[in-house]
Amino acid sequence: MLHRFLRGCLSYSVSKRRRKYGGVTALVSGRHFRVWSPCSFPDSVNLTATVVQDQTPLRVAVMSAAAPGTSKAAHSDVAPKRKKGPGALATAYLVIYNVVMTAGWLVIAVGLVRAYLARGSYHGLYYSIEKPLKFFQTGAILEILHCAVGIVPSSVVLTGFQVMSRVFLTWAVTHSVREVQSEDSVLLFVTAWTVTEIIRYSFYTFSLLNHLPFLIKWARYTFFFVLYPMGVTGELLTIYAALPYVQKTGLYSVTLPNKYNFSFDYYTFLILIMISYIPLFPQLYFHMIRQRKKVLGHVEDYSKVE
Amino acid sequence: LSRAKKAVVFFEVEILDAKTKDKLCFLDKVRTYFFSSYPQWYPARQSIRLDPKGKSLKDEDVLQHLPVGTTATFYFRDLGAQISWVTVFLTEYTGPLVIYLMFYFRVPFIYAPKYDFTTSKHWVVHLACMCHSFHYVKRLLETLFVHRFSHGTMPLRNIFKNCTYYWGFAAWMAYYINHPLYTPPIYGEQQIRLALIVFLFCQIGNFSIHVALRNLRPPGSKTRKIPYPTKNPFTWIFLLVSCPNYTYELGSWLGFTLMTQCLPVAFFTLVGFIQMTVWAKGKHRSYLKEFRDYPPLRSPILPFVL
Repeated sequence: MLHRFLRGCLSYSVSKRRRKYGGVTALVSGRHFRVWSPCSFPDSVNLTATVVQDQTPLRVAVMSAAAPGTSKAAHSDVAPKRKKGPGALATAYLVIYNVVMTAGWLVIAVGLVRAYLARGSYHGLYYSIEKPLKFFQTGAILEILHCAVGIVPSSVVLTGFQVMSRVFLTWAVTHSVREVQSEDSVLLFVTAWTVTEIIRYSFYTFSLLNHLPFLIKWARYTFFFVLYPMGVTGELLTIYAALPYVQKTGLYSVTLPNKYNFSFDYYTFLILIMISYIPLFPQLYFHMIRQRKKVLGHVEDYSKVE
Repeated sequence: LSRAKKAVVFFEVEILDAKTKDKLCFLDKVRTYFFSSYPQWYPARQSIRLDPKGKSLKDEDVLQHLPVGTTATFYFRDLGAQISWVTVFLTEYTGPLVIYLMFYFRVPFIYAPKYDFTTSKHWVVHLACMCHSFHYVKRLLETLFVHRFSHGTMPLRNIFKNCTYYWGFAAWMAYYINHPLYTPPIYGEQQIRLALIVFLFCQIGNFSIHVALRNLRPPGSKTRKIPYPTKNPFTWIFLLVSCPNYTYELGSWLGFTLMTQCLPVAFFTLVGFIQMTVWAKGKHRSYLKEFRDYPPLRSPILPFVL
């Protein structure tokens, strides 16, 4: 029974070359062990138990690997063990970048508040912050470059994915489909993005300067509980609102026949994007929750001021 | 599993050859014994190493020749469920063959019902079907009769990833080529004829390289040698390129793109090219590392360029 099992499994790993050796005797843990190695021996093996005297047997201790060092925590804000970290010039540049981005999103926040106070209602606030929103959200593409070059220890793919999804919403949905710009769902995600980004960029700024106030760290890993679902809701509602206009005008769509033998239906594409939120959002959300446990886990041991 | 992680399994291993009384233990014996204690970890999924972060030891390694004393301590790592390369290749190549034919014969529910089981009026569509099918039949036959694999297995999740890639792209390409509204190439017969010549030339070239690589390696062995041009003119490209099988593969798909003038085919060619370049660079690097006298004129995949 055992040997049939072995035969089946060993055929994967044992090379097909013939060994020149005949029988194999094995004394294992004081017990006799019958082993057939189907591929390495031309014919089956005779076992004779041979007691070894006057020779120290080779003791083989096989222990399992201590810890799975390669866990799947690809997107970790804690600095990885081996990386040297950015040099002085890169750090200076990153500080400037993060300060500028914090300022930019503060401008957007102030713009929203002022517009609300001036108009007296939440509707149509998008128009008052349209330009800075486009500028600073698009500017975040630089972060992909930072990861690619190596001055930021995050994954290029993950960062790219996050930034491009934001840029997609800003340009390919909100900017392109004028009719949704007056929707309230736009305000929902813009507010979520603004608060998140102000906290996130100030977090990075202070981290780079090695003076991270606990409050910012706490805010970063706590506010997302509300901001994430809020942002996602706003985004989904906006895309949903854009659908009828896209279908009517055939926006960004290509139909057959054409000389490149290609077609693209933006309407279906948007629906697929909405569906993709279902598996993706929980993953990202729970990733943040896990990060929170890791970073704020021993909150009881620390005092408020670091 | 956590219980097994802390378990330390001791074997006293003494292997004697009944004929020559030579004490030799190949590492696959260690895997066999380990497997007998832990039946859930068949040898193909065991990664045994001398150092937890080191490289995995091979089956051909001899216990006595390793840098160990009378007690050898190995570290074990579970590689996860494994599947044989041959199985993966057969599955991932049969898919495109069948799927393309389904689109070619216009099986119901793909195109509008009035087109069910009709055939295209363009002869290039029939030609494309023959070329595509020929390509994958060739790959299947090569998998069965030509290739000699270094590794027996790969992780199980690869089969899902690979099949999604091959099957997905095959469906996407086949949809447009066999579409009732397909537009044949602009330059008509000239373009198609040139494309067919390029395609066939590269198919023969690709096959020649596979045969040449197979002949480098005696049956059942895993020896690695520098490939050199043979009497077959198609192998003379070895003078300029380390991995001409990928070069010819790229050429075949460029030919097919030209033949069908279809943008999805161009995308498939591009993605394939990127992946093959990554593989070619890796292979080129390992050749350079392993052989001191490796010909300096060679590039990984494109002569002089890449």
